[in-house]
Amino acid sequence: MSGRITRDEAAHVARLARLRFSDEELDELAAQLSAVLDHAADVEALDVTDIAPTSHPHPLVNVTRADEVRPSLDRDEVLAQAPSVDDGQFRVPPILGEAP
Amino acid sequence: MSGAPGREAALGDGWELVVGLEVHVELSTATKLFCGCANRFGDEPNTNVCPVCLGLPGSLPVVNAAAVDFAMRLGRALGCEARGAVFARKNYFYPDMPKAYQISQYDQPTNTDGRLELPGGHTVGIERAHIEEDTGKTTHIGGGGRIHDADYALVDYNRAGVPLVEIVSRPDIRGAEQARAYVRELRAILLAVGVSDARMEEGSMRVDANVSVRPAGSDELRTRCEIKNLSSLRALGRAIVYEAQRHVDLWSGGERPRQETRHWDEANGRTTPGRSKEDADDYRYFQDPDLVPLAPAAETVAAIDAALPPLPAARRADLAADGGGAVSAEDAALLVERGQDGLVRAAIAAGADPGVAATRVANDLAVEDWAPVTPEGLAALVAMETSGRLTATQSKQVLAEMAEGGGFPDAIAERRGFQAMAGDDLAAVVDQVISENAEAWSRFCAGDEAERKKLAGFLTGQVMRATRGQADGAAVNRLLAARARSRP
Ligand SMILES: [Zn+2]
Repeated sequence: MSGRITRDEAAHVARLARLRFSDEELDELAAQLSAVLDHAADVEALDVTDIAPTSHPHPLVNVTRADEVRPSLDRDEVLAQAPSVDDGQFRVPPILGEAP
Repeated sequence: MSGAPGREAALGDGWELVVGLEVHVELSTATKLFCGCANRFGDEPNTNVCPVCLGLPGSLPVVNAAAVDFAMRLGRALGCEARGAVFARKNYFYPDMPKAYQISQYDQPTNTDGRLELPGGHTVGIERAHIEEDTGKTTHIGGGGRIHDADYALVDYNRAGVPLVEIVSRPDIRGAEQARAYVRELRAILLAVGVSDARMEEGSMRVDANVSVRPAGSDELRTRCEIKNLSSLRALGRAIVYEAQRHVDLWSGGERPRQETRHWDEANGRTTPGRSKEDADDYRYFQDPDLVPLAPAAETVAAIDAALPPLPAARRADLAADGGGAVSAEDAALLVERGQDGLVRAAIAAGADPGVAATRVANDLAVEDWAPVTPEGLAALVAMETSGRLTATQSKQVLAEMAEGGGFPDAIAERRGFQAMAGDDLAAVVDQVISENAEAWSRFCAGDEAERKKLAGFLTGQVMRATRGQADGAAVNRLLAARARSRP
């Protein structure tokens, strides 16, 4: 374990993902995340000078569809899956803060 | 609300304004960016939704070819380089994005390094114009509409996934008027290439302004604030002036502005603090594994370039050339913005006086649909006005009726009983008014400029009364001046 990730950093990432952990759990996660970064560092150490960068395992580009309207879902069916509904809309708790 | 570009409100002594604009534009495709749901404003909430735009597990996005084409058309019109691009996820939790991320483009956007030349000649660099999806619409209920006091929120996902292009300018804008000119010109370009209806009031064009100030002559970039909630050109101009002054006051008092997002409060004419930038912007962008890169072929880019329509700057130049110097720059800008330059140029080709034709159309804000006005009809109307058969006021009324499908101007004028009194008839009335108002007339002839102006108004009024408004004020003034010159 190289300790690339501190407990505070693990806590920060957890907060961004809206997850709550105990200190013991954070220490364990920090160690695991560090191991992932160690592995990335191993890959990074390889000489890839002659290899073109790939953004995707599939050798595909420009996969698109025509701009044609397809039927949408039935609204009642959609809203039936929501915990709370009001006036044809999803009802959510008051939002603290503003949209990014 | 136009205001001459270049006339800027003065900032405190020795300070320079530095503004960059981020403009979000909804593309007018038939469907959303990654699914076949209709891209339509104003439908019943949550009727244009599907597993993809609701972020349901297992759904997969597929890129709308038209959205990419529209974005590239705009990019090429802005002189951008068309590049291979990659979609990335911008991660955040907010109920307007049910996936918990927004698909955008990050380090490899579709368009980079363009420029936009303002009608006044100033050039603003375009850093990038990238494709991304719009978010859903949240409505805060209770608490008097204030976000922080709301009881709950309602979410409509019809807008979630609608294709947007975000056009990011370089911080090359130096004043509020320039900022407005930039948005107006960008809007004219969007309309010309036909990729968006670009309506600020309806939210299909949304402008955020990054504002900072610096000592005049320096090239440093100081702490900037991002101003949101700018829903009109007027709001944009006012917000920039307010924010710049706030920064000048802070720096002058030995303080520094905090880097943050601020909201424009239209009612109170000020900006208020929002989210601090320091703890935000941790979006953990990464390439979206569900989407493959865009790699436009050289032929695709060439075909887009070849199909670009004439852009506003070229159209203004064409109109100016046809007008032979008689069309004012302001009229030309307005006509091109509203897409009426073609009509005016055709009327000029049909023999209309260029200056009068341009002004008559540019000034007429009441007319909504110009389709019924033919170039020949407009040319005939302008001829009636320049020959003195119609007064300017009558001409406007005839034009309004032409726009409603009323037909040719001479028929309308006759039907309405319009006929400007001209020539000998008008001269006779003027002479009669002169003889009936001998004292006013001699004071007119002998008076200084102010006196002359006052009495000209009085005498013209007498002529108007005598002709029951059938005289053209300008023609009466010319006659009065001529009579005064030839007075024994
Ligand atoms: Zn959908």
